[in-house]
Amino acid sequence: MSGTLRRRRAYDGVALCAPVTIPYRRYSTNTAQWWIGRALQMLTQQAGLRPQDVDGLSVSSFTIAPDTGIGLTQHFGLSPRWLDHVPFGGASGVVALRRAARAVEAGDAELIACVAGDTNHVDSFRRTLASFSRFAQDAVYPYGSGGANASFALIARNYMNTYGARREDFGKICVAQRANAMAVPHALMKNRLTLDDYMAARAISDPIHLFDCVMPCAGAEAFLVCGEAAARSLGLKPVRLLSTIERHNAFPQDAIQLRGGWSLDAGELWSMAGVRPEDVDFVETYDDYPVISMMQLEDLGFCQKGEAAAFVRQHTLTNDGSFPHNTCGGQLSVGQAGAAGGYLGLVEAIRQLSDAPLGTQVPNANTGLVSGFGMINYDRGLASGAAVLARIA
Amino acid sequence: MSVSSLHAFARAVTSGGIRVVDLTQTLSPEFPTIVLPPEFGQCAPFRLEEISRYDERGPAWYWNNFTVGEHTGTHFDAPIHWVTGKDLPDNAVDTIPVKNFIAPAVVIDCSKVAASDPDFVLTIPMVEAWEREHGRIEPGSWVLLRTDWSKRPYAGYAGLSEDGAHTPGPAPDVVKWLVEQRDVHGLGTETIGTDAGQAQHFNPPYPAHFYMHGKGRYGLQCLANLDLLPPQGAVIIAAPLKIKQGSGSPLRVLALIAGERA
Amino acid sequence: MTEPLPRPRRKNPLGRTRLPLSPQGARSRTAHGLTAAAAEGRFRLQTCADCGAVVYPPRDACPQCLSPRLPYEDVEAGGVLVAETTVRAATDPYFRERVPWRIGTVKLDAGPALVAHLHGDAAEGGRVRLELKLDKSGAPVAIALPERDTPNMQDDPQLRELTSDPKYRRVLITDGRTAVGQAMAKAFSEAGSSIVFVGIADAWKPFPGMGALRGIERVEIVPFDMTDSESVTEQAEQNGGRVDIIVNTAEHVRAGGIIDRRGIGIAREEMDVRYFGLMRLAQAFGPVMRFRGADGVNSASAIVNLLSVYALMNWPAYGAHSAAEAACLSATQSLRAELRPGGVRMVNVFFGPLDTEWFQTVPPPKVAPAALARAVIEALKRGVEDVFVGDVAEDVRARLAVNPKALERELAS
Repeated sequence: MSGTLRRRRAYDGVALCAPVTIPYRRYSTNTAQWWIGRALQMLTQQAGLRPQDVDGLSVSSFTIAPDTGIGLTQHFGLSPRWLDHVPFGGASGVVALRRAARAVEAGDAELIACVAGDTNHVDSFRRTLASFSRFAQDAVYPYGSGGANASFALIARNYMNTYGARREDFGKICVAQRANAMAVPHALMKNRLTLDDYMAARAISDPIHLFDCVMPCAGAEAFLVCGEAAARSLGLKPVRLLSTIERHNAFPQDAIQLRGGWSLDAGELWSMAGVRPEDVDFVETYDDYPVISMMQLEDLGFCQKGEAAAFVRQHTLTNDGSFPHNTCGGQLSVGQAGAAGGYLGLVEAIRQLSDAPLGTQVPNANTGLVSGFGMINYDRGLASGAAVLARIA
Repeated sequence: MSVSSLHAFARAVTSGGIRVVDLTQTLSPEFPTIVLPPEFGQCAPFRLEEISRYDERGPAWYWNNFTVGEHTGTHFDAPIHWVTGKDLPDNAVDTIPVKNFIAPAVVIDCSKVAASDPDFVLTIPMVEAWEREHGRIEPGSWVLLRTDWSKRPYAGYAGLSEDGAHTPGPAPDVVKWLVEQRDVHGLGTETIGTDAGQAQHFNPPYPAHFYMHGKGRYGLQCLANLDLLPPQGAVIIAAPLKIKQGSGSPLRVLALIAGERA
Repeated sequence: MTEPLPRPRRKNPLGRTRLPLSPQGARSRTAHGLTAAAAEGRFRLQTCADCGAVVYPPRDACPQCLSPRLPYEDVEAGGVLVAETTVRAATDPYFRERVPWRIGTVKLDAGPALVAHLHGDAAEGGRVRLELKLDKSGAPVAIALPERDTPNMQDDPQLRELTSDPKYRRVLITDGRTAVGQAMAKAFSEAGSSIVFVGIADAWKPFPGMGALRGIERVEIVPFDMTDSESVTEQAEQNGGRVDIIVNTAEHVRAGGIIDRRGIGIAREEMDVRYFGLMRLAQAFGPVMRFRGADGVNSASAIVNLLSVYALMNWPAYGAHSAAEAACLSATQSLRAELRPGGVRMVNVFFGPLDTEWFQTVPPPKVAPAALARAVIEALKRGVEDVFVGDVAEDVRARLAVNPKALERELAS
């Protein structure tokens, strides 16, 4: 079968630009529509566009119900010729990018605004969990209602039992991310984190403790996908898309999730990009939990399966270190603004590659990898994806 | 009798010159009823179901529905109740001439001997001995059998054991004699039933019902306060409900006797 | 190791009573196959009729072959507890006040991976056996138990929350005059109930077994007449706050159909004892039991209704009786929903003819009162809500599942 598959077409001249972040707030009485609207306004202003000039729109959100993307076109006064609604949580950024990139290449649209935003009312988190999916309703939430924390606790426990990773190894990731976040003005976690702080923090769902968990909040992220020439004509600094992969419900036969879809397609990611893992200058993994960051490091080829803990011990993960990881602090330090958490790493990567970081700049950042993951439909994250981006000299 | 005599009577009741004694047990769910073999239809016990009590079912009023058998609690037996009386004229509670609801009564006190013998039966010699002391039983009189059974707690009151009920009552021959020789109005008892508890074994079975109703006479059961009545001289008012073709009904039985201020 | 349950202390009369909360009870329609299995204490999962795959969570197309034919079948309940976690922060208020709460992922021998509640003696890495139970919202959940029974197993707090164990609870048996009522009193005393209230109507009427009944440990005889609203209400006023389980043993059995009878007198008694009786019982005790559904170790937990299996399909030889039982059954279905907000179970125990006097002419097999009592205790310990006791009841159930109309004719022949 694989012999007859056509090789995927490499990307040609697809650019990402105009990275936008609406500063996060722990709780907001505003709606997701308000947050998304804020991001769209900032995006169009930054690009010197009228809103109506945007001819493509991709939307990701958990809290715009009962609206979907189509309702937002009328809400915002847009008449796009290309519209996508991407409800894939932490993989939303990469997937939205994949769809928009091919549309721009094919000429279906020229200026595609990709935006993710969510609000956070005092009961948003509980309500979202309680009705997250049919499988969650039937087979997970009634078991202690621990939410994603409990589901990932089981995954983390199994990972630790299988590969011998220790809490200290996870802690190192969290501590480094917090250091990276100290320079980010809107990061919700403002205090420096030490390994002692991490180890002593209260248990949420063993072995997940407080600092393994993201803080849900309200916020929005956005970026523009267009041709490289179009970006320059708008006076924007484009970032080049080299390659992407996407895979959902990988390895359903694994009793508990130990690996994600990246392992199936990582080879293609690197060969299409024409770079190797060692060539990458920084990595933005989806960090809902540090154990998943470790899985991404393994499955994307930075180390062998089961050796991410050793890899983490051997490297410095801060922006000035040997392996800059989650360079603006990741969700663990900045906060998880719902689906915007799936854009966080991608928007930060665009910034690092166009010299406009929110926090500190990774030196010589020419190539970056962004990984997305998410949607605990039942007992594992179903969605996965990754993208390799490059600075345009 | 003149109207002024009736007025004098009413005034005497009010003033206490004539005392009204309540011979009736309170109708309540706990009061024992006659128990027949379970294959037969049973007499319904008294049950009260509240309709409303100044609440959402009826804001300003309190009232109840009740279910009860014709022979529950203190009650009246009409001749139609028994097979021997089924064809007599005016034999149901709605057709009995109303003047028959007021009649004099004699009270035969057997309380001492009944205290030690739940199967005590009243005999002809006992009645004749009573008459020698208290005078002849006039025709048209209720004969009330005082046993003080109404003072007993419910378990002893029903007197049930493995071989049936053990409660006092009349022997077959005395009933026949009271009807034929004394033309009595009816028989009243303090027990559940005018017949003795073991009367199913008498000959004929249930002679009080057999003979009394067979001759168009009446019964009163579950009476109380017979110990407050004189042997002779009381007048009983016992008017059952006017139930269409009814065989009996619970009722208020009142006795009129001389008061303190005679 | 499960700590034996300490005897509950007397409730502080000045303290506030913790109100019942329900875990999330919403389930997809397909997931209600688990509800049906849990109600009877079976372990069933969807099994593809075309490729044989055992499938979980419940769904509408086979993940191996996309077949829509996914009936629920009995499957092996054994597996390995692969990973466990102790939830310490929960968003749902029910669990929030019950943490720490252990859950885990079980890899079933039958195939699927299943998230389950954990019994305290279920150890990570070890073999477990799963049972489906109905939680406080009446929704199906799986619990992983140790493969072999362990000491004091029933006392595990997470298991006790999913069952109505009579140990240390106070039970009211509505009618102790009958053989069934007396067998029930004995069984609850032996199961560790701290008080066994036994209702006796018309104490002035003697009944067989009276002496032996008084002699059973922790039995307290109370006046109680299911046909008397005042009697039922009074008992609820006096002892309702101390009744955690009710077993409705009040019975009325007379042979015969409807046309054969003359008048409705007996039918009125049947309905008064069975249907109105249950209504009086529920109105008098329901509110206080619902209120006490989360009131500590000896919380109000269950009402058990003994029902003729002919409530499900009329047996004309006992036709009027069957109809009254059917009325009673329908009432229990309403009561099940009405009691649920308090986390109180309505348990229906169905049986064919009993080995008691009113079924004297019926040939065996018949159910002995002691067997019925054992089945009730077992049902409460396992937390099931529909129980079929004895061969006849199982037979009726099996036939109903296949062709009710055939059963209707067979019972009439």
